[in-house]
Amino acid sequence: MISVSSVINIALRSLIVNKMRTFLAILGIIIGVGAVVTMVAIGTGASSKISQQIASIGSNLILILPGATTQGGIRMGHGTLQTLTMSDAEAIAKECPAVVSVAPVISGTAQVVFGNQNWSTAVMGTTPDMVIVREWEIISGRFITEQDVRSGTKVAVIGQTVAEKLFGDLDPMGKLIRIKKIPFEVIGVLDKKGQTFTGQDQDDIIYVPISTSQRTLFGQVLPGRVRLIYAKAATLESISQATEQIKTLLRQRHRIGPNQEDDFTVMDLTQMLKAAEESTKTMSILLGAIASVSLLVGGIGIMNIMLVSVTERTREIGIRMAVGAKPKDIRMQFLIESLFLTTIGGVVGLLLGIISSLMVSSIMQWPISISVFSALIAFGFSAFVGVFFGFYPAYKASTLNPIEALRYE
Amino acid sequence: MALIQVENVTKIYRFGEHELKVLDNISISIEKGEFVCIMGPSGSGKSTFMNIIGCLDTPTYGKYFLDGVDVSTFGADELAEIRNKKIGFVFQQFNLLSRATALENVELPLIYAGVETKERKERAKNVLSKVGLGDRVNHYPKQLSGGQQQRVAIARALVNNPSIILADEPTGNLDSKSSMEIMEIFKILNDEQGLTTIIVTHEPDIAAFGKRQIRFLDGRIVCDSNICTQERES
Repeated sequence: MISVSSVINIALRSLIVNKMRTFLAILGIIIGVGAVVTMVAIGTGASSKISQQIASIGSNLILILPGATTQGGIRMGHGTLQTLTMSDAEAIAKECPAVVSVAPVISGTAQVVFGNQNWSTAVMGTTPDMVIVREWEIISGRFITEQDVRSGTKVAVIGQTVAEKLFGDLDPMGKLIRIKKIPFEVIGVLDKKGQTFTGQDQDDIIYVPISTSQRTLFGQVLPGRVRLIYAKAATLESISQATEQIKTLLRQRHRIGPNQEDDFTVMDLTQMLKAAEESTKTMSILLGAIASVSLLVGGIGIMNIMLVSVTERTREIGIRMAVGAKPKDIRMQFLIESLFLTTIGGVVGLLLGIISSLMVSSIMQWPISISVFSALIAFGFSAFVGVFFGFYPAYKASTLNPIEALRYE
Repeated sequence: MALIQVENVTKIYRFGEHELKVLDNISISIEKGEFVCIMGPSGSGKSTFMNIIGCLDTPTYGKYFLDGVDVSTFGADELAEIRNKKIGFVFQQFNLLSRATALENVELPLIYAGVETKERKERAKNVLSKVGLGDRVNHYPKQLSGGQQQRVAIARALVNNPSIILADEPTGNLDSKSSMEIMEIFKILNDEQGLTTIIVTHEPDIAAFGKRQIRFLDGRIVCDSNICTQERES
């Protein structure tokens, strides 16, 4: 029985002799594997970015906006009428079983000053449940409490961006900042969330008690009106149920007749993102499939080269058979040759794929997502291609008649 | 039983509807230690005979006993093993691997015999020294003369201690001086080690090295020197 190291040695030598041909055969596999790795990385990167965003806006989030109204035949945009009230928010929390928390918001943009630093940011008056609805982490201090809302205290919880712009390296806790020239005490700092999928900085925010916001910052024309309401459904599956319950409740509360349009809009952000996530997954499968075609073409290239190699080396095969090589020895030799071609191609293609994924991610600002799994798949697939496309040429070589092979010119 | 015992062997090649009887009911036995030269015009069946003796081919009808074993029914794997262990081939075209050194060429049968690297190199070197190429082990075939290449081929044939050396026109591509050197090697191997040697040739002065001459014509043995002598004597 011929030893494994001898077979490998024989195969390697013949590959080294034909450097250019070996390189060209490998190139097809390199491009194939590289394309698969890159495409899968782009696809999973995109969908993991969306997953991150779903997590960052808060899961199962429902947004209730004041409705568009029609004035003299002209339809206005969302929020043109302030149709939502504090009591709407309370009613949703109380009467919609699929909703676990509700946070109404009275907000606006304001100039914020600390010492000689100033920054323009979104200031949101809200209730304690905002922490639950948006799934904020507090890294120091505390969030707004019921007590704050009841007494309308001038306290503020600030996002990372605001902390950075106003305080730099200083600890913001307990410091006084001025929002619209009114002093607020910083009682808490929020953890970083990053950007939304529309590129909005979620950390560029200050939360204050909703009562304070109403009274001292963004006084509404009609008291008790809110800019928007955040609601959180119990589970992903109950989002549509919660949406329906909110709609029914609000139509009832706003006394909207059966043929009248809603004076509010309920947006299901999670669902939207889930849909986006699904479509990116589909896209990444599609990209991977297209890339696999190039790997397949690479495999056919290997088969072609191996067939040429078998024909060209017919005499060599004859000599080997004459001195005692069994058909399976010959078969092994050519199989290992093609396996070498494709695994070398697989390794180089993997490196190439990683490099190009890194480039794509740095250019397009996508998170890098080269999983060990996709690398293994690409590598395993290239080895499979080697065996699959190498088998026929190897089989052909092993069934040569030694007498004819020896006579071959 | 003789080392080589061929009984009523017929070989027929089929090309579509045409049949070509290349060997026609041949029987012969060759004892261990014989030096046989086979002669005959091209197409007389001597190469086919050699292929069957060398286990590269099997007869259509008849039996071939090698060392008492009927190999005429063997499959590809078993034939390969017999070729590896019992037979050493020497070809007219030398048939060396051009990309391998003299040493690597000689090692080849030992690789398929599963001999480990160290022993393989040692044995190959020894045999190469025996044929007078001890200083050429790392040369590639194209760096060697025709006579030297054929000596590498002989070393390859000898390296696994075969029972039989089969040489198909081993001097066909050599000048007369190299031819004589090669034939001297065969002669010494036969005289000193009693190695059974069968050589196909159509040159009478080469055939004269043999102790027994067999002549083929149209797929039959028309003259076997032992018998010829008897005929002459009678």
